[in-house]
Amino acid sequence: MTSVPKFDQVKVGDEIKPIVLPPISRHQLALYCGGSGDHNPIHVDIDFAKKFGFKDVFAHGMLSMAFLGRIVTSWVPQKQVRGLGTRFTSITWVGDVITVSGKVTGKREANGEKLVDLEVKCTNQNGQDTLQGNATVALA
Amino acid sequence: MQLDKKLIGHTFKPFTTTVEAGKIRLFCKAIGEENPIYVDEAAAKADGYRTIPAPPTYLTAVTNDDPDKGGLLRLLNVDIGLILHGEQHYEYLAPVHVGDKITCQQKVVDIYDKKGGALWFVASETELKDQTGKLVAKAKGITVVRNPDAGKK
Repeated sequence: MTSVPKFDQVKVGDEIKPIVLPPISRHQLALYCGGSGDHNPIHVDIDFAKKFGFKDVFAHGMLSMAFLGRIVTSWVPQKQVRGLGTRFTSITWVGDVITVSGKVTGKREANGEKLVDLEVKCTNQNGQDTLQGNATVALA
Repeated sequence: MQLDKKLIGHTFKPFTTTVEAGKIRLFCKAIGEENPIYVDEAAAKADGYRTIPAPPTYLTAVTNDDPDKGGLLRLLNVDIGLILHGEQHYEYLAPVHVGDKITCQQKVVDIYDKKGGALWFVASETELKDQTGKLVAKAKGITVVRNPDAGKK
Protein backbone atom coordinates (compact mmCIF):
# COMPACT_ATOMS: atom_id res chain seq x y z
CA MET A 1 0.00 0.00 0.00
CA THR A 2 1.38 3.36 -0.95
CA SER A 3 -0.32 5.90 1.28
CA VAL A 4 -3.66 5.70 3.02
CA PRO A 5 -6.11 8.35 1.78
CA LYS A 6 -7.19 11.03 4.24
CA PHE A 7 -10.81 12.02 4.69
CA ASP A 8 -10.22 15.71 3.97
CA GLN A 9 -8.31 14.97 0.76
CA VAL A 10 -10.80 12.51 -0.70
CA LYS A 11 -13.40 13.90 -3.11
CA VAL A 12 -16.63 12.45 -4.43
CA GLY A 13 -15.79 11.07 -7.86
CA ASP A 14 -12.25 10.04 -6.96
CA GLU A 15 -11.41 6.73 -8.57
CA ILE A 16 -9.45 3.82 -7.16
CA LYS A 17 -6.83 2.33 -9.44
CA PRO A 18 -8.62 -0.54 -11.25
CA ILE A 19 -7.44 -4.13 -11.00
CA VAL A 20 -7.45 -6.16 -14.23
CA LEU A 21 -7.53 -9.83 -13.34
CA PRO A 22 -6.16 -12.80 -15.24
CA PRO A 23 -8.89 -14.78 -17.04
CA ILE A 24 -11.03 -16.87 -14.67
CA SER A 25 -9.75 -20.45 -14.83
CA ARG A 26 -11.21 -23.79 -13.80
CA HIS A 27 -8.23 -24.18 -11.50
CA GLN A 28 -9.13 -20.94 -9.72
CA LEU A 29 -12.70 -22.19 -9.22
CA ALA A 30 -11.39 -25.43 -7.74
CA LEU A 31 -9.15 -23.51 -5.35
CA TYR A 32 -12.03 -21.25 -4.36
CA CYS A 33 -14.32 -24.25 -3.81
CA GLY A 34 -11.86 -25.51 -1.19
CA GLY A 35 -10.82 -22.15 0.20
CA SER A 36 -14.33 -20.80 0.66
CA GLY A 37 -16.08 -23.99 1.69
CA ASP A 38 -18.68 -23.41 -1.05
CA HIS A 39 -18.78 -26.93 -2.44
CA ASN A 40 -21.64 -26.40 -4.88
CA PRO A 41 -20.62 -28.66 -7.82
CA ILE A 42 -22.12 -26.21 -10.32
CA HIS A 43 -18.83 -24.24 -10.13
CA VAL A 44 -16.42 -27.12 -10.67
CA ASP A 45 -18.27 -30.05 -12.30
CA ILE A 46 -19.28 -29.40 -15.91
CA ASP A 47 -21.50 -32.49 -16.02
CA PHE A 48 -23.47 -31.17 -13.06
CA ALA A 49 -23.67 -27.66 -14.57
CA LYS A 50 -25.02 -29.02 -17.86
CA LYS A 51 -27.59 -31.13 -16.05
CA PHE A 52 -29.00 -27.91 -14.63
CA GLY A 53 -29.11 -26.11 -17.96
CA PHE A 54 -25.81 -24.23 -18.01
CA LYS A 55 -23.33 -24.42 -20.90
CA ASP A 56 -20.37 -24.70 -18.56
CA VAL A 57 -19.31 -24.17 -14.96
CA PHE A 58 -19.23 -20.56 -13.79
CA ALA A 59 -17.52 -18.59 -11.07
CA HIS A 60 -18.82 -18.43 -7.53
CA GLY A 61 -20.43 -15.03 -6.96
CA MET A 62 -18.43 -14.80 -3.77
CA LEU A 63 -15.16 -15.22 -5.70
CA SER A 64 -15.99 -12.03 -7.56
CA MET A 65 -17.06 -10.37 -4.32
CA ALA A 66 -13.60 -11.21 -3.00
CA PHE A 67 -12.25 -9.11 -5.90
CA LEU A 68 -14.35 -6.21 -4.60
CA GLY A 69 -12.73 -6.79 -1.21
CA ARG A 70 -9.32 -6.70 -2.87
CA ILE A 71 -9.84 -3.32 -4.49
CA VAL A 72 -11.15 -1.82 -1.25
CA THR A 73 -8.18 -3.14 0.76
CA SER A 74 -5.82 -1.93 -1.97
CA TRP A 75 -7.09 1.58 -1.12
CA VAL A 76 -7.35 1.43 2.68
CA PRO A 77 -6.12 -1.07 5.28
CA GLN A 78 -8.67 -3.75 6.03
CA LYS A 79 -9.16 -2.56 9.60
CA GLN A 80 -10.79 0.59 8.16
CA VAL A 81 -13.40 -1.33 6.16
CA ARG A 82 -16.85 -1.02 7.74
CA GLY A 83 -19.07 -2.56 5.12
CA LEU A 84 -19.06 -4.35 1.78
CA GLY A 85 -22.08 -5.40 -0.22
CA THR A 86 -23.03 -6.33 -3.74
CA ARG A 87 -25.68 -7.44 -6.16
CA PHE A 88 -24.63 -10.23 -8.49
CA THR A 89 -25.90 -8.91 -11.81
CA SER A 90 -24.63 -11.44 -14.32
CA ILE A 91 -22.77 -14.74 -14.43
CA THR A 92 -18.98 -14.83 -14.65
CA TRP A 93 -17.83 -17.62 -16.97
CA VAL A 94 -14.53 -19.46 -17.24
CA GLY A 95 -12.23 -17.35 -19.43
CA ASP A 96 -13.89 -14.05 -18.56
CA VAL A 97 -11.49 -11.19 -17.97
CA ILE A 98 -12.75 -9.13 -15.06
CA THR A 99 -11.81 -5.55 -14.29
CA VAL A 100 -12.47 -4.37 -10.75
CA SER A 101 -13.10 -0.67 -10.30
CA GLY A 102 -14.16 1.67 -7.56
CA LYS A 103 -14.98 5.30 -6.96
CA VAL A 104 -16.00 7.58 -4.12
CA THR A 105 -19.72 8.29 -4.01
CA GLY A 106 -20.13 10.01 -0.66
CA LYS A 107 -18.58 11.34 2.51
CA ARG A 108 -20.30 11.50 5.88
CA GLU A 109 -19.81 11.23 9.61
CA ALA A 110 -21.54 8.58 11.69
CA ASN A 111 -20.86 6.84 15.00
CA GLY A 112 -18.00 9.25 15.62
CA GLU A 113 -16.20 8.17 12.46
CA LYS A 114 -15.46 9.87 9.17
CA LEU A 115 -16.90 7.54 6.57
CA VAL A 116 -16.44 7.36 2.83
CA ASP A 117 -18.88 5.45 0.64
CA LEU A 118 -17.60 3.74 -2.46
CA GLU A 119 -19.17 2.21 -5.52
CA VAL A 120 -17.24 -0.92 -6.44
CA LYS A 121 -17.90 -3.21 -9.34
CA CYS A 122 -16.68 -6.04 -11.50
CA THR A 123 -17.00 -5.66 -15.25
CA ASN A 124 -16.31 -8.32 -17.87
CA GLN A 125 -14.45 -8.05 -21.18
CA ASN A 126 -17.71 -7.08 -22.94
CA GLY A 127 -18.25 -4.10 -20.69
CA GLN A 128 -21.05 -5.81 -18.77
CA ASP A 129 -21.13 -5.40 -15.00
CA THR A 130 -21.10 -8.74 -13.23
CA LEU A 131 -21.19 -7.25 -9.75
CA GLN A 132 -22.53 -3.87 -8.68
CA GLY A 133 -21.44 -3.26 -5.14
CA ASN A 134 -20.71 -0.70 -2.52
CA ALA A 135 -18.35 -0.33 0.38
CA THR A 136 -17.95 1.92 3.38
CA VAL A 137 -14.57 2.74 4.85
CA ALA A 138 -13.50 4.89 7.78
CA LEU A 139 -10.77 7.44 7.10
CA ALA A 140 -8.71 9.54 9.47
CA MET B 1 -42.29 -25.38 -7.28
CA GLN B 2 -43.35 -22.96 -4.61
CA LEU B 3 -41.46 -22.00 -1.48
CA ASP B 4 -43.21 -21.97 1.86
CA LYS B 5 -43.42 -18.42 3.18
CA LYS B 6 -44.15 -19.82 6.62
CA LEU B 7 -40.40 -20.51 6.80
CA ILE B 8 -39.80 -16.77 7.19
CA GLY B 9 -38.40 -16.35 10.68
CA HIS B 10 -36.86 -19.81 10.83
CA THR B 11 -33.68 -19.71 12.86
CA PHE B 12 -30.96 -22.28 12.29
CA LYS B 13 -28.97 -24.03 14.98
CA PRO B 14 -25.84 -21.97 15.73
CA PHE B 15 -22.40 -23.46 15.19
CA THR B 16 -18.88 -22.41 16.14
CA THR B 17 -15.81 -22.59 13.94
CA THR B 18 -12.19 -21.57 14.44
CA VAL B 19 -10.53 -19.19 11.95
CA GLU B 20 -7.54 -21.09 10.55
CA ALA B 21 -4.35 -19.67 9.01
CA GLY B 22 -4.01 -22.46 6.44
CA LYS B 23 -7.50 -21.96 5.13
CA ILE B 24 -6.99 -18.19 4.82
CA ARG B 25 -3.83 -18.95 2.85
CA LEU B 26 -5.78 -21.16 0.43
CA PHE B 27 -8.56 -18.55 0.21
CA CYS B 28 -6.02 -15.84 -0.67
CA LYS B 29 -4.40 -18.05 -3.30
CA ALA B 30 -7.83 -18.60 -4.88
CA ILE B 31 -8.75 -14.91 -4.99
CA GLY B 32 -5.27 -13.71 -6.04
CA GLU B 33 -4.72 -11.73 -2.83
CA GLU B 34 -0.99 -11.26 -2.28
CA ASN B 35 -0.85 -8.89 0.69
CA PRO B 36 1.56 -10.55 3.15
CA ILE B 37 -0.60 -9.63 6.15
CA TYR B 38 -2.90 -12.53 5.26
CA VAL B 39 -0.16 -15.16 5.37
CA ASP B 40 2.65 -13.80 7.55
CA GLU B 41 1.99 -13.06 11.20
CA ALA B 42 4.96 -10.70 11.44
CA ALA B 43 3.69 -8.66 8.48
CA ALA B 44 0.22 -8.53 10.05
CA LYS B 45 1.62 -7.30 13.36
CA ALA B 46 3.81 -4.74 11.60
CA ASP B 47 0.62 -3.41 10.00
CA GLY B 48 -1.12 -3.04 13.34
CA TYR B 49 -3.10 -6.30 13.51
CA ARG B 50 -3.11 -8.57 16.57
CA THR B 51 -2.29 -11.46 14.26
CA ILE B 52 -3.29 -12.51 10.73
CA PRO B 53 -6.70 -10.96 9.89
CA ALA B 54 -9.37 -12.71 7.85
CA PRO B 55 -9.89 -10.95 4.48
CA PRO B 56 -13.23 -9.10 4.19
CA THR B 57 -15.12 -11.80 2.31
CA TYR B 58 -13.45 -14.66 4.16
CA LEU B 59 -16.53 -14.48 6.38
CA THR B 60 -18.22 -16.61 3.71
CA ALA B 61 -15.76 -19.40 4.53
CA VAL B 62 -16.64 -18.96 8.20
CA THR B 63 -20.38 -19.19 7.61
CA ASN B 64 -19.90 -22.07 5.14
CA ASP B 65 -18.14 -24.14 7.81
CA ASP B 66 -21.46 -25.29 9.22
CA PRO B 67 -21.30 -28.98 10.23
CA ASP B 68 -24.93 -29.09 9.14
CA LYS B 69 -23.97 -27.71 5.70
CA GLY B 70 -26.81 -27.16 3.25
CA GLY B 71 -29.37 -26.53 5.97
CA LEU B 72 -31.08 -23.71 4.08
CA LEU B 73 -31.56 -25.85 0.97
CA ARG B 74 -32.89 -28.75 3.02
CA LEU B 75 -35.26 -26.40 4.82
CA LEU B 76 -36.53 -25.08 1.47
CA ASN B 77 -36.39 -28.52 -0.16
CA VAL B 78 -34.47 -27.05 -3.10
CA ASP B 79 -31.79 -28.72 -5.21
CA ILE B 80 -28.37 -27.01 -5.06
CA GLY B 81 -28.22 -26.90 -8.87
CA LEU B 82 -31.15 -24.48 -8.94
CA ILE B 83 -29.72 -21.71 -6.80
CA LEU B 84 -27.87 -18.53 -7.69
CA HIS B 85 -26.47 -15.87 -5.41
CA GLY B 86 -28.49 -12.68 -5.70
CA GLU B 87 -26.93 -10.35 -3.17
CA GLN B 88 -24.48 -10.38 -0.29
CA HIS B 89 -23.78 -7.67 2.27
CA TYR B 90 -21.38 -7.55 5.18
CA GLU B 91 -21.28 -5.13 8.06
CA TYR B 92 -17.94 -5.28 9.88
CA LEU B 93 -18.18 -4.40 13.55
CA ALA B 94 -14.84 -5.77 14.81
CA PRO B 95 -11.86 -7.46 13.20
CA VAL B 96 -11.74 -11.25 12.84
CA HIS B 97 -8.35 -12.90 13.24
CA VAL B 98 -6.73 -16.32 13.01
CA GLY B 99 -7.54 -18.28 16.15
CA ASP B 100 -10.88 -16.58 16.77
CA LYS B 101 -13.75 -18.93 17.49
CA ILE B 102 -16.73 -17.53 15.63
CA THR B 103 -20.29 -18.55 16.39
CA CYS B 104 -22.69 -18.12 13.48
CA GLN B 105 -26.44 -18.11 13.54
CA GLN B 106 -28.53 -17.74 10.42
CA LYS B 107 -32.16 -16.69 10.19
CA VAL B 108 -34.53 -16.59 7.22
CA VAL B 109 -35.87 -13.04 7.00
CA ASP B 110 -37.86 -13.01 3.76
CA ILE B 111 -39.16 -15.26 0.99
CA TYR B 112 -40.76 -13.84 -2.15
CA ASP B 113 -41.11 -14.55 -5.85
CA LYS B 114 -40.80 -12.57 -9.07
CA LYS B 115 -41.72 -13.16 -12.70
CA GLY B 116 -44.86 -15.07 -11.77
CA GLY B 117 -43.00 -17.54 -9.61
CA ALA B 118 -40.23 -18.27 -12.12
CA LEU B 119 -37.69 -17.00 -9.60
CA TRP B 120 -37.85 -17.20 -5.83
CA PHE B 121 -35.78 -15.10 -3.47
CA VAL B 122 -34.77 -16.13 0.02
CA ALA B 123 -33.19 -13.46 2.21
CA SER B 124 -31.29 -14.51 5.29
CA GLU B 125 -29.21 -12.81 7.95
CA THR B 126 -26.34 -14.29 9.89
CA GLU B 127 -24.83 -12.91 13.06
CA LEU B 128 -21.19 -13.69 13.75
CA LYS B 129 -19.96 -13.47 17.33
CA ASP B 130 -16.47 -14.08 18.64
CA GLN B 131 -15.35 -16.18 21.61
CA THR B 132 -16.18 -13.33 24.00
CA GLY B 133 -19.74 -13.10 22.71
CA LYS B 134 -19.07 -9.82 20.92
CA LEU B 135 -20.91 -9.29 17.63
CA VAL B 136 -18.11 -8.97 15.05
CA ALA B 137 -20.09 -8.97 11.80
CA LYS B 138 -23.51 -9.24 10.27
CA ALA B 139 -24.04 -10.95 6.94
CA LYS B 140 -27.12 -10.58 4.76
CA GLY B 141 -27.59 -12.73 1.71
CA ILE B 142 -30.19 -13.28 -0.95
CA THR B 143 -30.37 -16.72 -2.52
CA VAL B 144 -32.20 -16.95 -5.84
CA VAL B 145 -33.97 -20.20 -6.66
CA ARG B 146 -34.73 -20.94 -10.31
CA ASN B 147 -38.12 -22.61 -10.53
CA PRO B 148 -37.62 -25.80 -12.58
CA ASP B 149 -41.35 -25.78 -13.39
CA ALA B 150 -41.28 -22.30 -14.92
CA GLY B 151 -42.48 -22.29 -18.52
CA LYS B 152 -44.03 -25.77 -18.20
CA LYS B 153 -47.76 -26.25 -18.59
